[in-house]
This record gives sequence, structure tokens and C-alpha cells, in this order.
Amino acid sequence: MAVSPTLKVSVWRGTESGRFQSFEVPRLESQTVLDVITYIQRTLDPMLAYRFACRVGMCGSCAMTVNGRARWTCRTHVDKVAEDGRIEIAPLNNLPVVRDLVTDMSGFFDKWAKARGQFRGATTRKDDFARVPPASPARRLADAAIECIGCGVCYSSCDVVAWRPDYLGPAALNRAWTLLNDVRDTDNRARLAAVAGDAGCHACHTHMSCTERCPKQISPTASIAGLKRAAALAALRGELSDD
Amino acid sequence: MKSDFRARNHPAYWAFLVHRVSGVMLSLFIPLHFWALGQALHGEARLESFLRWSDQPLVKFAETALVLLLAAHLTGGLRLLALEFLAWRDWHKSLLALAAGVALAAGLAFLLNVV
Amino acid sequence: MWTAQRISAAVLAVCVIVHLVTVIYAVRNGLSAAEILGRTRGSLGWAAFYALFVLAVTVHAPIGLRNFLSETFSWRGSGLNIAVMAIALTLAMWGFRAVYAVFI
Repeated sequence: MAVSPTLKVSVWRGTESGRFQSFEVPRLESQTVLDVITYIQRTLDPMLAYRFACRVGMCGSCAMTVNGRARWTCRTHVDKVAEDGRIEIAPLNNLPVVRDLVTDMSGFFDKWAKARGQFRGATTRKDDFARVPPASPARRLADAAIECIGCGVCYSSCDVVAWRPDYLGPAALNRAWTLLNDVRDTDNRARLAAVAGDAGCHACHTHMSCTERCPKQISPTASIAGLKRAAALAALRGELSDD
Repeated sequence: MKSDFRARNHPAYWAFLVHRVSGVMLSLFIPLHFWALGQALHGEARLESFLRWSDQPLVKFAETALVLLLAAHLTGGLRLLALEFLAWRDWHKSLLALAAGVALAAGLAFLLNVV
Repeated sequence: MWTAQRISAAVLAVCVIVHLVTVIYAVRNGLSAAEILGRTRGSLGWAAFYALFVLAVTVHAPIGLRNFLSETFSWRGSGLNIAVMAIALTLAMWGFRAVYAVFI
């Protein structure tokens, strides 16, 4: 079957309420979905709002919902997603829509803070470096999950986030897990209390949509399973004000 | 905006769906099961008449379905316990296939013995 | 509650496997009340087993249903908890009644 020289692209316009608008975009070789959106905004409709930055798969800013699945548009080749020459582009799910393809990610980052996803150490610049063997079990666990750049794809793919507005979400919990395994961190007792409970790791149903979609091949499900174990153990030891 | 089925179309999600649906259906069935057994309080004859009623093919079919649901919920649950309590391993991905296989085997065993 | 769910799940795993094996064995060559009750009445060991089974069910099922209800219908708060407790109590009542009926 010959490939059509144009793509039929449906793009979300508006806010939470809005509609899909159709555009016809010339199809090129090695074209990415970000190329398509950029073409639309530059040539067809300058009012289209969207986010991007590095355009080479490093920053995660261009994350959107393409044909129902959250992905980085700069790393999604049109050939991979255009069934019958059609693409549907919408903003990331589970986040308030600012306009068109732009979402408000402040809630996502607020939950990161709620999960105590910031490193807290006890040393100062006057102290010597911490020595952490990379092959140690704890460091291996942390390293498996450390590459997260906070793009929101996992959060957007998670059904529990959609069903429970207060669920901290895969990214925040994943980051908490990496810090739990960081031997330099001093905040872990409070952190574990923050992530245990109904709005935390225990709400995860192991759908694994986050793991399916993560562009950095991280498995937040594995990290959250680790948190479940750690929280249960701490609760049994009475180290937790748990539910 | 909420995601649709396209975002969910992968095995681990189906496993969740089976587990949830089977759990809800079992929750509806088990009270009936308790009630039926409680009929024995009124004497053996009551229980016997219920059992004879349940000899119909349609009921037997429903019973097999229930055994399947129970087995599916059990194996799915064991899979979850393994995923949550054992340190993460790569072969965990195969747990789903294993769970499905065992559940089907149990359902089949029941069907073959009841007809 | 999460821990209670997992612990009751582990208990149920054992109970259900035993129950399924027993059921599959028992339905061979047809089933009659006389056969069942002949084997179960007065059997205190089995009564204890099924009493534990019922207990585990009354813990496990309501917690699972609570998740299902709150996630599917966005039901939260005390209304949900009361409903779930009611389900737990009903299951306990009918369950222990059934154990008594069949084993005592």
C-alpha cells in the first residue's frame, strides 16, 4: 500500500472542554510527531500552544498523548504511530489543561514534594565526600530508578492517578524510593511515613502502565513495590504512624 | 483529561481487570453460597432439594464459571503477592502467563469432574 | 488495611486451594446432601478450618470492595466505610451460620 504524501492530524484545541481540530500536514521521511506539531504552529495556525525544549529526547518537555498513549513527541517517529496516515494529538492526561497541548504540571511537582522527593543530607562542604560503592545493593536499587527527569508520562498513564486525586503517583513515589536507598540521606523515616498509606504506595494496583510507557525504561512499579515492602516492615516494627 | 482504553491495552492491566472483575463477582456470589449452605439448618431435605435444582446444565455451567473466577482471583492474587513481597526479578513478567495457566487448569478440572 | 488485606490473602490462598481440591474431589459421581452432611456433620477439625476461612473472607472481601467502590464511583468518607462494615457483618453472620449448619 502506497504511503500517502500527507498526514491527517487531529489536534486538541481549547482547555478541558474543547475539540479536536483537523490539519493536513505533508509527510516527510524520518518525521517526528514534534515536527508535525511545529509545522502546524508555524505554517497553519500560529495560535496553537505547545511545549518543547531540547527536541532530542533529553528534557521530557514535549510529552503529549499521541493516539491515546503518553509519549515524548520528539522521540516518536510518525511511521511508528500513524495508522492509515492519521495521528491524534492531545495534552497529557490527568493534568489540568492550560490551553491546547499545554498542561499545568504544578500538581505533579507538588506531589513530588509531598512524597518528600528532595534529598536531605547531614554533611556540609567542609566534610569529606561520601563514599558509596556503586555495586552495593542499595545503590543498585537507587540507580535502577534514578534517571527520571520528571516528564510526567508515567503520571499521565496511571489509572490510579485518574481514580484517586490525592494519589502521589508513580514519579513521586519512584523518586522517594531512590532516596530511601540513598545511604547519605537522613530524612527516610519521615519519607516512609509520607509515602505509606492510602494516598501513597499502597494505592498502586500494579497496572504497570507507568513501566510500559516510561521513555527512560524505569519501572516505577518495581520502586513502588519496594516502598510497599519497606512500609509494611516499618509498620510491623512500629516505626511508622501507618493506617 | 482522562486516558482511554488505548493507554491500558497491555498484559499487566488485563491481569488487574481480571482480578478486579473476578473479585467483585465472587463478592456477589459468596453470600449466596453461604445462604445455600445455611439451608442445611432446616434439615437435610432442604439442602438436597437445592442440590437437585443445581443439577441443571446451566447451573453446572455457572458453577464452572465460578470455579474459574475463584481460581483466576487466587492465581492473580498470588502473582501480586509475589510482585509486592519478593525483590523484583525479570522472570516476574512470566508470572502472568503462569497464573492464567493454573487458573484455567483448575477450571477444567472442575468441569471434567462435575459433568 | 493494606497489610490486613495481604495477610488475609495469604490465609485465603491456603484455604481456597484446600477448598478447590475438596470440591473437585467431592463432585465426582454426583453430589447429594446426604453425602456431604454425612462427611461434614460433627467434624470439628473441618469446622475450625472453615471458620477460619469465613473469617479471612470477612476481612478480605470488604477491603477489596472498598477499593473498587471508591475508585469506580469516587465514593469516599464515612458513608463508604459504613457500607463496607455492613457487608463485612453480613458475610460474617451468614458465613458462620453456614459453618454451623454444615458441621455442627
